[in-house]
Amino acid sequence: MKLPLNYSAKSLFVRKTTTIVTIFGISLVSFVYAAVLMLSGGIKETLVQTGSPDNAIIIQRSSITETTSSLTRDHANILKSYPGIARNAEGRLIATPEVMVIVNLKKKDSDDMVNAPLRGTETNVFDLRQNVKLIEGRMFTPGTSEIVVGAAARRNYEQCKIGDKLFFGKREWNVVGVFDAGRTGFDSEVWGDTEQFMQAFRRPLYSSMTVKLTDQEAFENYQALADNDKRLRVDVKQEQQFYADQSENIAGFIRILGTVVTTIFSIGAIIGAMITMYAAVANRTREIGTLQALGFSRKSILLGFLIESSLLAMIGGLIGLLVASGLSQFSISTVNFDSFSEMEFRFSLTTETITNVLLFALFMGFSGGFLPAVRAARLKVVDALRSV
Amino acid sequence: MSTIINIENLSKTYHRDAEELQVLKSINMQVENGEFLALMGPSGSGKSTLLNMIAGLDTPTSGKVTICGSELSQMNESQLAGWRSQHVGFIFQFYNLMPVLTAYENVELPLHLINLSKEERDKKIRLALNLVGLPDRMDHYPNQLSGGQQQRVAIARAIVTDPSIIVADEPTGDLDRKSAEEILNLMVRFNKELGKTIIMVTHDPHAAGRAHIKKHLDKGTLNGA
Repeated sequence: MKLPLNYSAKSLFVRKTTTIVTIFGISLVSFVYAAVLMLSGGIKETLVQTGSPDNAIIIQRSSITETTSSLTRDHANILKSYPGIARNAEGRLIATPEVMVIVNLKKKDSDDMVNAPLRGTETNVFDLRQNVKLIEGRMFTPGTSEIVVGAAARRNYEQCKIGDKLFFGKREWNVVGVFDAGRTGFDSEVWGDTEQFMQAFRRPLYSSMTVKLTDQEAFENYQALADNDKRLRVDVKQEQQFYADQSENIAGFIRILGTVVTTIFSIGAIIGAMITMYAAVANRTREIGTLQALGFSRKSILLGFLIESSLLAMIGGLIGLLVASGLSQFSISTVNFDSFSEMEFRFSLTTETITNVLLFALFMGFSGGFLPAVRAARLKVVDALRSV
Repeated sequence: MSTIINIENLSKTYHRDAEELQVLKSINMQVENGEFLALMGPSGSGKSTLLNMIAGLDTPTSGKVTICGSELSQMNESQLAGWRSQHVGFIFQFYNLMPVLTAYENVELPLHLINLSKEERDKKIRLALNLVGLPDRMDHYPNQLSGGQQQRVAIARAIVTDPSIIVADEPTGDLDRKSAEEILNLMVRFNKELGKTIIMVTHDPHAAGRAHIKKHLDKGTLNGA
């Protein structure tokens, strides 16, 4: 039979100061852990949402990003000739060769320069990326020095309002529209006409080509055709997979770094919980003896103290999570390690993160409470009853 | 009356480093059901050790302790714990109440070891607290009660499971004369009215005077009185 829960819960607050300090320590570690998971989760979410499930992206074989890939016009024409590509309402193929260039733009409210991603594309890009909507102004006119900017780009870079002018590629460019790409990587990009960007940057080659395919089977056929075509050396990937792979690098790095830091912090918290629980056992030796005399088994006493330290940790974990949940209000901008370009994302609190943080807190409480609980359970009843 | 406690050739030896300390030497004792027995003796005479043997808190080095038909020396630790929860009620010198629990919750503690519905539990707790005269102190914490009241809560905890034997280790040792008298009256009452067998260790001749039988221990040997 186990000890009543109210005994464990109430005992926790007999020594208020140590308990509160321990809870504070655990909540701090839980907060850091939650923040790290929310950060890597947010980056992953942003990049994965950037891709559409029906789209396939074609880049030069062995390139990881669009910026390091090149495709010739001939390649683009071959890739457009394969079957399985979807058509828009007017019957045109939804296949867009694009060029990616990184330029230096000034960050808003700061003297820092950032690596802004420029994407040369076509005006039918909205057929390809249906999650992207023009929210202000109009689309650029092909053949002109007009550009449209993502909502995050407008928030983060100088000179990105409609009517503003940006200078890059030895030319002035007029901002004529703003598009909203939700929480995706596109939202931090600047889009203009492919041919204009290729001329301005003296780049005769495309970076990538993105096509919308009719269904999953079409993707597999398309991939097989491209793989077996001797004229090409390209990789065909599902767009979502392409961005998920990119997110693995940066999100994985943050997760590993964060986990190492949190693990080091957690040792402190575990020791804190251990000291608190050892003190609790030492102060309650006679209580433990009495419980044993009344007939509570060693196992139930062990369990009672483990529950006590786990409760301590759960309170800490919940506080840490609660504070961390406030972070989801913020969005921050960072460099995507793979493309070396700026990307805005939000801290993302998922059920997986909540579960992981609470399990981690529980682990801290359990580890800190285990040895003291064993000591409590191993007390000899006759000796414990004699304790003052 | 039937024999409820039967002790045969009981010895207990403690080892401290190389030194051997024989605390109890070949004790033989029988206690009839419903008796009130006082164990007296100077400090270190072994009376608390003997009480611990009877209560199933400690095991003998040699000899047999048979209580309510069960031979305690044959039981392992968890069997002893289970046996205690059914057969023994404890009264300690310093009450040993859980400071974080109310009088009601303290009395409830041993009932967690028995399968009872919430209603049955509640009935038993209220009855026990009524019997010790504390029906209006149920929600008080130990530090809100006087020493005498705390000991009465402890007595309620000892009788709530309706055990056959109550062991009391210096139950009046920490109380003033008036409170001590109240506690002794309660013990006499439970012995008479509820038929509980009570084994009480005490230094106080006045307290021992309330028992039916007095036994003296000296240097581990029992002398009946």
